[in-house]
Amino acid sequence: MAETFKIISMILIILGTILSLVSTFGLIRLPDVYTRNHAASKSTTLGIMTILLGTFVYFLNVHGHFDSRVLLGIFFIFLTSPVAGHLISRSAYHSGVKLWDKSVEDDLKSSQDKVYVKK
Amino acid sequence: MKNDLILQTVTKVVVFIILLFSVSIFFGGHYSPGGGFVGGLLTAAAIVLLLLAYDIKTVAKLIPVDYKLVVATGLLISTLTVAGAMFFDVPMMTHAYQYFDIPILGHTSLHTAVLFDLGVYLVVVGVTMTIIQTIGEDE
Repeated sequence: MAETFKIISMILIILGTILSLVSTFGLIRLPDVYTRNHAASKSTTLGIMTILLGTFVYFLNVHGHFDSRVLLGIFFIFLTSPVAGHLISRSAYHSGVKLWDKSVEDDLKSSQDKVYVKK
Repeated sequence: MKNDLILQTVTKVVVFIILLFSVSIFFGGHYSPGGGFVGGLLTAAAIVLLLLAYDIKTVAKLIPVDYKLVVATGLLISTLTVAGAMFFDVPMMTHAYQYFDIPILGHTSLHTAVLFDLGVYLVVVGVTMTIIQTIGEDE
């Protein structure tokens, strides 16, 4: 039975590593700050959560140790990482970082949220 | 008009998680990694997160504590713990422990080193917050 859970946690950890790798490729390949932020905040969050879930499954079923800190870490990453991405993206927009020159739409430009733009 | 709704709402949830984790690390310091220093730094980090999301006056109203007094209290607790060994005719910094049967927690060992650690915790929180508030509010 422990071998089954070892394989399950192995799959989860490898999946998380691949997701983090995909996120790194996105960080290198994508053209501007906003698309890079999209890649970095989304798929790294899922990757780290998957790695932590694999760790949790491993220690719960192989060593019989219920580690609530890992569960708390999953919840914490899920809660804070998108907010960090949002704040970085927003401060980039408000400090005037240009969009990619092939972007077609800028909804924030015509909306009410123009408080910080001093132009 | 500032528009920090997302940051402030998430801060309200996350601060409690960080505070709970710091208390857990503080009390688990005898048997697992952690202790007074890391626990104090985590508590200070929770207050710093509040300072990032809100302004310094709101946080001062929320936690009406003079952090210099917190440093003094921590030093006093640690000194009294060290000096308390003199009353039992043993060398200084001799700690004692005993097992107690507490209603909810069960069979628990209570150790006087926790009191010393509580002093360290208060000093770390006080020093960190004094530094950050002093740097933050110079106008």
